[in-house]
Amino acid sequence: MFPLGIEPYLIGGILIGVGVSIIYIATGLHATQSSFFTTTLSWFSKKKHFQKEKNLQERNWRLFLAIGLVVGALIHTLTLSPSGFWITSLQVWRLALGGLLVGFGTRLSEGCTSGHGISGLASLSTTSLSAVIVFMGVGILTANIVRILGVLP
Amino acid sequence: MNKQNLVVLLGGIMFGFGLAYSGMAKQEIVLSFLQLTDLGLVFVIGGAALVTFLAINVVPRFLKAPLLGGKFSPRKAAMSRNVIIGAVIFGIGWGISGQCPGSAVASLGTGNYWVLVGIAAMFIGAYLRGLIDKK
Repeated sequence: MFPLGIEPYLIGGILIGVGVSIIYIATGLHATQSSFFTTTLSWFSKKKHFQKEKNLQERNWRLFLAIGLVVGALIHTLTLSPSGFWITSLQVWRLALGGLLVGFGTRLSEGCTSGHGISGLASLSTTSLSAVIVFMGVGILTANIVRILGVLP
Repeated sequence: MNKQNLVVLLGGIMFGFGLAYSGMAKQEIVLSFLQLTDLGLVFVIGGAALVTFLAINVVPRFLKAPLLGGKFSPRKAAMSRNVIIGAVIFGIGWGISGQCPGSAVASLGTGNYWVLVGIAAMFIGAYLRGLIDKK
């Protein structure tokens, strides 16, 4: 069940939680990720969906959050990472098709693994709990269908 | 840079470091969870949610308001059909590619430049969601 051990997962999860908590305690903001796509698009699209007051208010700090994620992962890669820089072996079509569905789905659902999964569950939101159960169940089902169809890894 | 953005940047760095440390920046490791060969991801979300639970539910008992101003309010989303349909579509994309928004962005920091394709696709997906929004 845990071929790589539990330590990297648990420590990593706690570090993520500390990062999200620092932001919440200092600013009251929920550091969730999928809204970043919508708020960033507000610079490029005049559509009302993107020009909502909330998106305009949030688009700056959400950009800083995204930059932080990249820098944090880069620091890990340069320091503690056992493997260093790395490139996925997944087929590009999977990244593209998967990404399209992830972008559309998380924005329709108004939350992702961080929004519903971390901040939502931590807020004891039953809406988020339902969303997590659904995307996890569907994710497990889909990944196994893909594997059974012979698409690897 | 104002104080709020600086704190978000620092917290984001910790968030990204944790994502990389936990292996979630690697799509293969996320897929090993979804294919049920390595269940570690439960500890990532569980550990992160537990710490954040304390910040959201316990800290406000001792601290009236966030240190830089504003107010504390838990993340409560209203239930709707879209929440569930969106979660289904997200789950399919997650199962195909092992990417989610946070882990894909963090993955850039591991040198995994192909994930730019996934991130660009996420922007397109978010744009399409905006196009069909009737409100």
